[in-house]
Amino acid sequence: MVTVNLIKDGGQQFSEEFQALNPMKQVPALKIDGITIGQSLAIIEYLEETRPTPRLLPQDPKKRAHVRMISDLIASGIQPLQNLSVLKQVGQEKQLSWAQQVISSGFNALERILQSTAGKYCVGDEVSMADLCLVPQVANADRYKVDLTPYPTISRINKSLLTLEAFQVSHPCRQPDTPPELRA
Amino acid sequence: MGSTPFRVPPPTLQLCERGRSLRGQGSPRTMTESSKPILYSYFRSSCSWRVRIALALKSIDYEMVTVNLIKDGGQQFSEEFQALNPMKQVPALKIDGITIGQSLAIIEYLEETRPTPRLLPQDPKKRAHVRMISDLIASGIQPLQNLSVLKQVGQEKQLSWAQQVISSGFNALERILQSTAGKYCVGDEVSMADLCLVPQVANADRYKVDLTPYPTISRINKSLLTLEAFQVSHPCRQPDTPPELRA
Repeated sequence: MVTVNLIKDGGQQFSEEFQALNPMKQVPALKIDGITIGQSLAIIEYLEETRPTPRLLPQDPKKRAHVRMISDLIASGIQPLQNLSVLKQVGQEKQLSWAQQVISSGFNALERILQSTAGKYCVGDEVSMADLCLVPQVANADRYKVDLTPYPTISRINKSLLTLEAFQVSHPCRQPDTPPELRA
Repeated sequence: MGSTPFRVPPPTLQLCERGRSLRGQGSPRTMTESSKPILYSYFRSSCSWRVRIALALKSIDYEMVTVNLIKDGGQQFSEEFQALNPMKQVPALKIDGITIGQSLAIIEYLEETRPTPRLLPQDPKKRAHVRMISDLIASGIQPLQNLSVLKQVGQEKQLSWAQQVISSGFNALERILQSTAGKYCVGDEVSMADLCLVPQVANADRYKVDLTPYPTISRINKSLLTLEAFQVSHPCRQPDTPPELRA
């Protein structure tokens, strides 16, 4: 892991070095098998295609469509609208209400969709790419003090997923660059 | 292209039979009897355009229900449409008994169930590049300048906000294309990345973004617009295109 501090030094993602690696000036980026891939879902789909076990996408195309739809709802429809650079543009005064509005709006839709797709997890009973998107977004919701009471399915699934080892070892509170005051 | 419904349309959404159907015109049919896919689309929505291109490239015959994002406070907010797609956005595709939202999820489903011609290369590394470019546009640019965000930003700041968001994304895209592009975004075959590029360039034009710094984007866009699938699907040729914008 190479850690990229998005705040320090004006944001290390803007360094010449990192820009050369990933012109998008964003994390994550993965250097693997001789290529560099940006965009988290593109990375995950590449891992799925080259290291297929255990699956992160179901076999059935209709279920795969649901997994991708939910993943995109979060990765296109919620997160980019409340990421660091957008919040900077919105300005400090309005940041909190903007983030809350964006997340609530997205979670309203997600809660409804999960009514028809969810089993134990977002789509049926197997962990999928959709679940990988859900947990971090709920953490963002908590960070911006979004009331999760209207979203019982999201809450239930999030809670189940957080008991799994992969979701724990990868948690922001357990990373090499986690600041001491936020460390688990 | 005609937009005559075959039955009394529901209160807010209008069913349009596309002119290229092989069926004879005029036989009444309800939406529930149709076995064709149904695309919910707005002429000007760049996300809808991506799916229209995919359907055209794969020669998939479908019906279109137009959803006006401005009229009546926005028809995407109607109870009827919300029930169909809780995301209250276009495009949505009703196909094979399910309804899919999110343009890239739709396109990947079409690719997996109607695989010819390909919209994703066979090689996993090239597929990664196609998805990365598609996501750059579909997550990193378009959502930041879509209708609902621009409403929040407010009329005064809308233009500069949209320009900044698009330029920023195009700066990155132009650099990435240096290493991935051949004739098109990734190599020499049309892919999902190209389906994302053309509508985003149209948005750039709409918001008067100067494209001089992006010669690769411009070249690829120009080539793609000569292809039939990109033309028939163009916003200026849709059933709901207003007369003043019609080609």
